[in-house]
Amino acid sequence: MDAKVVFLVLTFSISVLGMLAFVVALIQKQVLVPPSAAKSIFLANEFGHSELDSTSQLSDQWRTLDQSARKPILFFIVTATLWLVLGSLFGLLVSIKFHAPEFLGTEALLTFGKLRPLHLNIITYGWLSPAALAVSMWLVPRLTKVPLQSIKTLYAAGIIWNVGVLLGCIGILFGYTDGLEWLEFWWPTKILLAIAGAMIAIPLFKTIYLSKEKHLYVTMWYTICALIWFPALFIIANAHFLHSGVEQAIANWWFAHNVLGLWVTPLGLGIIYYLLPKITGHPIFSYQLSLFGFWGLALFYSQVGMHHLLGGPIPTWIGNLSVVMSVGMAIPVVTVAINHHVSTYKYFHVLKDSVVLRFIVFGAMSYTVSSLQGSLHSLRTFNYITHFTHWTVSHAHLGLYGFNTMVLFGGIYFALPRLVGRNFKHPQLLNLHFWVAAIGIIIYAIALGIGGWLQGVELRNVQGSFEQSVRLTMPYLIIRSVGGTLMLFSHLLMLYNVFSILRPMKVEAIHE
Amino acid sequence: MNKAYIFVFGGISTITLSIFIFILVPRIQVSAINKGSMSAQRPYTENELKGRHVYIENGCVYCHSQQVRDPVAGADKYFGWGRPSLPSDYIYDKPHLLGTMRTGPDLSNIGSRQPSRDWHHLHLYNPRSLVSWSIMPGFSFLYKEVTSVDSPQTGAIRVPGKNELWLVPSEEAEDLVAYLMSLKRDRDPVKASEAVK
Repeated sequence: MDAKVVFLVLTFSISVLGMLAFVVALIQKQVLVPPSAAKSIFLANEFGHSELDSTSQLSDQWRTLDQSARKPILFFIVTATLWLVLGSLFGLLVSIKFHAPEFLGTEALLTFGKLRPLHLNIITYGWLSPAALAVSMWLVPRLTKVPLQSIKTLYAAGIIWNVGVLLGCIGILFGYTDGLEWLEFWWPTKILLAIAGAMIAIPLFKTIYLSKEKHLYVTMWYTICALIWFPALFIIANAHFLHSGVEQAIANWWFAHNVLGLWVTPLGLGIIYYLLPKITGHPIFSYQLSLFGFWGLALFYSQVGMHHLLGGPIPTWIGNLSVVMSVGMAIPVVTVAINHHVSTYKYFHVLKDSVVLRFIVFGAMSYTVSSLQGSLHSLRTFNYITHFTHWTVSHAHLGLYGFNTMVLFGGIYFALPRLVGRNFKHPQLLNLHFWVAAIGIIIYAIALGIGGWLQGVELRNVQGSFEQSVRLTMPYLIIRSVGGTLMLFSHLLMLYNVFSILRPMKVEAIHE
Repeated sequence: MNKAYIFVFGGISTITLSIFIFILVPRIQVSAINKGSMSAQRPYTENELKGRHVYIENGCVYCHSQQVRDPVAGADKYFGWGRPSLPSDYIYDKPHLLGTMRTGPDLSNIGSRQPSRDWHHLHLYNPRSLVSWSIMPGFSFLYKEVTSVDSPQTGAIRVPGKNELWLVPSEEAEDLVAYLMSLKRDRDPVKASEAVK
């Protein structure tokens, strides 16, 4: 029989059986969660007490768990921070080239078309993925009350992953590229990423298996599924023998939106779900809603990608389906938003005492805004304007920076003192990092959003000209570079913060 | 037991459903459409394919789409970019280069719109020498500048306004221009197929 038909029947049966099993689980009340489970992240004496940035009040139980995988987690954090600085430097160079096209223009290796994919891939695979994994895996022992297992596997995975990213970047520079957006890395280097991604699941599932906790906290749901989804997405999208022409474009954007929706977003949301209540000292507003938000994301987000190809030569139904699912995303987004914002609202005063909470709350707010923006501009009416414009770039940065990166900043700043057992020497630099980054991304997103919208209106103007659509974006592209400069500066602050808290460790080692 | 299995199986079934809808069904449908319809496209020549790789390597796709929208969606038709694209226009495209950004104009039919080889070379060398408002990066590193009264070699192009300056395109530049000039997707599929007969 034709292999296509076999796969068709197979995937259909698996998904239908999965849905059936889900319904059965619902009837047997397996899926429901006890509201009291929201308090499972607190020790008996901790309830109502904020866990602030410093480690002075930390109980011994957390201390042991927090340091159970110290080395690999620190390795992930340090490499991710270095990639962030490099990736955002490339981002800024790209941004400047938009309004100064001659800038660094005579060097073949520094041409716009090479720096642009380097920026995207370094940020996605060098910074976002390892940083999100670092914080999520660091939270696993806290949530399972078991020290992290298979630490060597995690360490090895971190090394393989970073080697993969490095080789992938060198490939892009020298013309070894697969040529698909979000999947530019040459395929042999992507095999390294796939292997490392699968290896990271081993410590996760081993630790869960040993856990005696009756209930898994919501953060763990997101982490478990993200680590299942990423390898599936990555392998299917890179199976080049499967795709060409228009089908490949569909697979390409299926991956490109899912890598956000089913990989970095769930990890980021999981981190918010833990840190927000932990820092305010009170459980999230409604634990049942979080269940709703989770399954909504799993179902809707996995099907939104085709809004990137609306108006293109793809079957109309598949575009329409993605529009429906993109609007459907409003359901999990609003439920998560209610949960996050209501939980924050009552304890706003804690923001004064915790810089980490500022990052987390900013991230949660950006998630709500960028997701609702996403639902809106997936509608054909809006999409026909915003498609092919800088608006999309603004939206992507609001999501990946305003939401994900800010949450990861917070997560890393929360984890680092607990990993190394000492506090930041200059907490005011963390605060400065927050404000510079926050102002940077706000300038960036608003300026480029307006510029992109005007550009899109001009691209629909039948009496207009293409020239006009280029000319009128110019001031907004310049302002974007200002925002980008602030963001890069804040990353240098972070680099300093990370290395300054690590440094005394070496001094101690000498004394020992 | 902490019910981790619910999330494992739930996660697997949602992603499988998504693969079913977005990978398998369109693949079967699009290949059926392509089989049933005529295509005006011909396979790329060896030079054009090499040029296509130069296009990919230098990231042209990040600013140039290769898909023309229906007039409902945009003013593509009025900008002279050609008829709306069909799936059969892309049967020889691997990897696809549809693109999602229009910092620069659509290139689906740039070969029909700009049939001059010299124009392409001069434009790639320095876009602003021909289009004053362009923000495209120049690709001067693909060219050698030669000062000479007469043409230094076949294929060299005289830089307008500078009598004794010639551009000698590298092999990569020649391939890239061969690829760009091959982009003529505006042919009518039915007529082209009849012409083949």
